[in-house]
Formats: sequence, structure tokens, C-alpha cells
Amino acid sequence: MSGSSNIVAMKKVVQQLRFEANINRVKVSQAAAELQQFCIQNALQDPLLTGVSSSTNPFRTQKVCSFL
Amino acid sequence: MASQEESSQPSDTLTTLKTESETLKTKLEEERAKLHDVELHQVAEKIEALGQFVIKNRRTLKGHGNKVLCMDWCKDKRRIVSSSQDGKVIVWDAFTTNKEHAVTMPCTWVMACAYAPSGCAVACGGLDNKCSVYPLSLDKNENLAAKKKSVAMHTNYLSACCFTNSDMQILTSSGDGTCALWDVESGQMLQSFHGHAADVLCLDLAPSETGNTFVSGGCDKKACVWDMRTGQCIQSFETHESDINSVRYYPSGDAFASGSDDATCRLYDLRADREVAIYSKESIIFGASSVDFSFSGRLLFGGYNDYTINVWDVLKGTRMSILFGHENRVSTLRVSPDGTAFCSGSWDNTLRIWA
Repeated sequence: MSGSSNIVAMKKVVQQLRFEANINRVKVSQAAAELQQFCIQNALQDPLLTGVSSSTNPFRTQKVCSFL
Repeated sequence: MASQEESSQPSDTLTTLKTESETLKTKLEEERAKLHDVELHQVAEKIEALGQFVIKNRRTLKGHGNKVLCMDWCKDKRRIVSSSQDGKVIVWDAFTTNKEHAVTMPCTWVMACAYAPSGCAVACGGLDNKCSVYPLSLDKNENLAAKKKSVAMHTNYLSACCFTNSDMQILTSSGDGTCALWDVESGQMLQSFHGHAADVLCLDLAPSETGNTFVSGGCDKKACVWDMRTGQCIQSFETHESDINSVRYYPSGDAFASGSDDATCRLYDLRADREVAIYSKESIIFGASSVDFSFSGRLLFGGYNDYTINVWDVLKGTRMSILFGHENRVSTLRVSPDGTAFCSGSWDNTLRIWA
């Protein structure tokens, strides 16, 4: 009966929504502060951010291109 | 509740459930809105703006005969595997641009490829609906195709694959609307993940410190976070206006970014359980196909269908730079494991290394 399989599917949707509605959340201000904190703490180790010089970034050393 | 199945009016029960589901969706939005006290870019106003930095195309990998669809870095930070529309999977040394291995798959449109954590194997798949693992041999003359191992079987195309923390398990996503976790050795499905209403296009595994979860994105405009052990969807986000082509965790594991055909990239924070930033501009009208973060999470690189790569300041929400170079859509983009460079692949048949 397609009617009862629709019901089974809808029950799953409702169960899932109940679960998601009840999770613990933090305020955006707190979450944002932590994202920012992580960026700042790791900024110096981020080569693309700091622009690591040629001597330490293997991709920036001058190489002769090999034509394939 | 059990008695309802036997009751005479299935349509009443269906209506009741539908009403309850609408009520719950409203409640979910209200709960999320209560905690929306500030925007991310407002919090970021106090920090210094990023200075000018120079990112250039440092290497171009030529050798694919057709569109590059996917690529992945090896943990050794120099090797790359890439796959293409014509069925070829190539392993490159990105420093020298030399090709180290090449395999021809029995299907076209190899949409997914991944490097094993050990560096000793690659996984790939696409229109064959499977994910296969090829051990990489040190002997260049050895026929890799002979040692191929079929691991995953879906009922539609394979869109993405990723090894978990070892060579022993693979996570896959598919056009059949599901994701699945497989044991490589036996080919057995260990867990399946149902919840998307349409093709799943992408997935990303949470950084190992964060535990056993992964995020997926699909044609139903939803991004879902899953518990790998139970198969349950633990959080879902539906704010994009079109297909989600790419999802990638923020390096701390507390958030993830997505790129979509709606021409935006977005950031979702998992603890606030909501979207916290949109990266968009009126001038950007083509879909974003692939996204990845720099090592600190401060930069988000997005590859777009208008052939460009946009570099976004994740915290402030502004665009820092546009990178030109590809001559067709950018289809795939990944930052190297140590963050020294990123690689982009394109429908112009090339891969480019930027640093």
C-alpha cells in the first residue's frame, strides 16, 4: 500500500526533525570568536597567507619547465 | 503510535505528520534564530585586514586528453592524482610535473579520485557506478589495471570518494542519493547514509581530531553532517539556492564551507548550527564547483565555472583576489596537506599549482 509507505517515510522525516531541533547550540558570537581565534593562532603557519619566500616554498623555486 | 498504522484513515495520519513536520521546521529555524546575535564579519571587524599577497600559477600539469574532473594530494605534499572525462587517472609529481603512473578506467567521466593515506594506492570511479582501488607499483612497467580492486557499488554514478584515516576504508557519495562507508579488503558496505533527496555530489571527512563525522552536499541544495558509526544525519543545512558542488571542513573541524551552482560559497558553523557567512558578489554569476581552505582557515579558495578562482577572506567575507589562468571551467581544487600550495583542475585539460 503506497499510503503506508508514505507514512513510514514521513515518520522518519518527523523523527529526524525532532532530533535536529533538540541539539545543543551556541551563540553565533561565541562560535564566530572561536573561528577567529583559530585563524589568528595559526596565521603564522599558513604559507599561502604569509607568502613564504622562495627559499622555503618548494613550488616557488625557479625551475625549468619540462615540455611534455 | 503503533495503533495508527492499523487505523482506517492513512491520509489523516499523513496530514498529521506533515503538519508536525512543518511545525518542527519552524521550531528549528526559531531555535537557530535565537542564537543569531551577531554576524561573523562583524566579529571580524576588529582584526587587521589582510595585506596584499602574491599567489601565482607556478606549475601547469599537461597530459590529460580531456576535461579534468577531480584531483587529490598525496600526504607527501608533492604527488597528485587526477582523473578525467576520457577515463584516464594520472599520478603526477607536482614539483617536477612528471607523470609517474597512468591508468585507463573502463568508463568515461571519472568524477572522483582519492589518494590513500599511505601513498601506496589511489581510488577512483565515475560513470561505472563503482569505486575501485589501484595499488601503486614502484615498477613503472607493471600494469596497474591488473591489480584493480572493486570496492564500492552504487546504483548510479560515483561523485566523490575519500579514504578514511587508513587505507582500509573508503567513503563514497553517489548520484543514487546515498553515501556509504566500505571496507576495502572485503568490498563490504559497513554503513550507508540515507537522507538526501537527490544526487549527492560531494563529501568531506572531518579532521581526525574532531571524531567520526563527515559532511555531504547534493542536488537537493542540502548539506548534511553524518555520524559515521550510526549512519544518522546529525545536522542539516538548507540555505543554498541550487546544487551544492563542493563541501570542505574548516581546519578546526568546527565549521565547513560549501560551493554551489547558485554562485555563492557559504560557511556553516556546526556549534551554532547555522550559516554564518555568504561569499558572493553581484559580478559573480557562475557556479562555484570546488572550495578549500588555506592552512589557518583564513582564506577560502573557490574554483568557478567562469574559469576563475576567487580568494575570500573567510572572517571578513570580502574577496581578496581573483586568479586567472584556466581556459575553461575550474572543476576541482585542493590545498596541499601542509598548505604551501593549492592545485586546481579544469575542463581545459590541465591542472595548475598555485603558490
